[in-house]
Amino acid sequence: MIVYLLRRLAAVILILLGVSAITYGLLFLLPANPVDLLAGRNATPEMRENLRREWGMDQPLPVQYAVYLGKLVQGDMGRSMAQKVEVSYLIGARLPATLQLMVAAIIASLLVGLPAGIYAATRRGTVPDKTAMIASFAGVSAPQFVIGLLMLYFFAFKLGWLPMGGYGAANIILPALTVAVANGGWYSRMMRSSMIEVLTQDYMRTARAKGLPRWRAVMGHGFRNAILPIVAMVGIDMGFLITNIVIVESVFGWPGIGQLLWQGIQRLDYFIIIGVTIAAAVVITLANLLADLLTPLIDPRIRLR
Amino acid sequence: MNDLWKRLRRDIPAMISLGVIGAVVILALGAPLFAPYEPTQQFADGLSDFGTPLPPNERYWLGTDLLGRDLLSRLLFGGRNSLLIGLLANGASLLIGTLLGVVAGYVQGRAGNAIMRFTDLMMAIPALLLAIALAAILERSVWIVALVIALVNWVQVARVVYTETVGLAARDFVRAAQALGAGPPSVLMRHILPHLLPTLLVYGTLGISTTVMLEAMLSFLGVGVQPPHPSWGGIIFDSQSYLMNAPWLVFFPGAVILAVALSFNLVGDALRDALDPLQRRRLG
Repeated sequence: MIVYLLRRLAAVILILLGVSAITYGLLFLLPANPVDLLAGRNATPEMRENLRREWGMDQPLPVQYAVYLGKLVQGDMGRSMAQKVEVSYLIGARLPATLQLMVAAIIASLLVGLPAGIYAATRRGTVPDKTAMIASFAGVSAPQFVIGLLMLYFFAFKLGWLPMGGYGAANIILPALTVAVANGGWYSRMMRSSMIEVLTQDYMRTARAKGLPRWRAVMGHGFRNAILPIVAMVGIDMGFLITNIVIVESVFGWPGIGQLLWQGIQRLDYFIIIGVTIAAAVVITLANLLADLLTPLIDPRIRLR
Repeated sequence: MNDLWKRLRRDIPAMISLGVIGAVVILALGAPLFAPYEPTQQFADGLSDFGTPLPPNERYWLGTDLLGRDLLSRLLFGGRNSLLIGLLANGASLLIGTLLGVVAGYVQGRAGNAIMRFTDLMMAIPALLLAIALAAILERSVWIVALVIALVNWVQVARVVYTETVGLAARDFVRAAQALGAGPPSVLMRHILPHLLPTLLVYGTLGISTTVMLEAMLSFLGVGVQPPHPSWGGIIFDSQSYLMNAPWLVFFPGAVILAVALSFNLVGDALRDALDPLQRRRLG
């Protein structure tokens, strides 16, 4: 177990190295120059040169990256070029809100997806099953920002049930539900096919034969076996989820790293863009690891190696 | 092929979807014929006395936008950009993904391993965030936007193709071809690629739904094709601050994106079922 954990953590570090290298390389190879933006239109060549030196951009790219990495391992993600604040401070201030929304969105997605998938699986081939599956496809096919805007329009504006945006306990409901429309759609499709497989297993027939009512067999014996692929899926789909959350944050004005990234992009604030990407990669890989660690708790036959 | 069509024809949702796709493509291609007005023309009577957009009416069937332009015309012309980018991006994703997947799956060894580790890395990167940043920094033409989407989107194809190729490479007919002295290019082209076609057909169809949605998303974030050229996501981006007063400006383009994405998903899913009767019996 400890060996497994160490190996996974080593992989996490390798992934982060790769992510930082790709992000750093891509951004600084691009034609746009953040120093020009920083210096303003009236800057003399000399001022630009000074700025470049101040930000260490007079060095060759590999050296710049090495310096950045050296600081990164000490927890220093550089300074924001526009706001002159530590990037790590900005991300630290925003990350909790994003994580809250993420957890709320996953819970909402599971609450939508699992019951729908189980229901469809137990009524395979009937009209309710087909309706549920087309509905789940529609949820998957709907752009998140459209769903978000429509939710804002109906539930916040027309009906006035929930707040329009901003940060708080009631404010989290609409963005979480917005993510759940698409994500829950995927989960329901996964849950359906997983449950259909499980329903054909011998232990399910045994459970029924010993006299358990159908729903108790499904919920007691089937559910635990059928949920495994979904747990793995939640982990694997983290990258997709975090992107959706960034979009939804911008629709609802949720003060997470998505907003920070957006400001960073608009001002070509490279260290913020790189920092947010790395922070998101950390969240993705750790969530992946967490999902893998959860599987033996659900199914004791699985050993982590 | 005939068999495939016969099986596909029984799938009613897929048939309806094919109709929707056909209609949207024809409407977008024939936009200059069908559109009642120029998409960029601003009408003096296209705004109310208070300067707000007009709801759907007799003259402007789907209403007008913030600048008094006809929404229907903009949707039709926008469809050209959105569909073109979706198709280009999807084609490029398929090409990159197939190339890397086939090579990694057939050559295997160190090169194959390196390619697959790279796809793992791409899964861990919030690639779309990076794409948004790239799109924001670069000049945005149809080609650039399509390329940026493809850079994010090829990973899925590569993984599926890799898995299939590894399976195919171990099959007897491939072994036989190798024993007869066929080199890697000829084995790949004549024996492996034909067997990958069904998978590519399915993922190519499903992929359009993804790329069309990604295009809409980039446009919604303001980093898609530049105004005044319309695109479905761009119309929503322009109008989102007017959501409460003019919800139709979000509703109609949103409905079109949903219809197109859903149709491609349903057709792709039906193709998968039709091409894999065994799986149908097991799961369907």
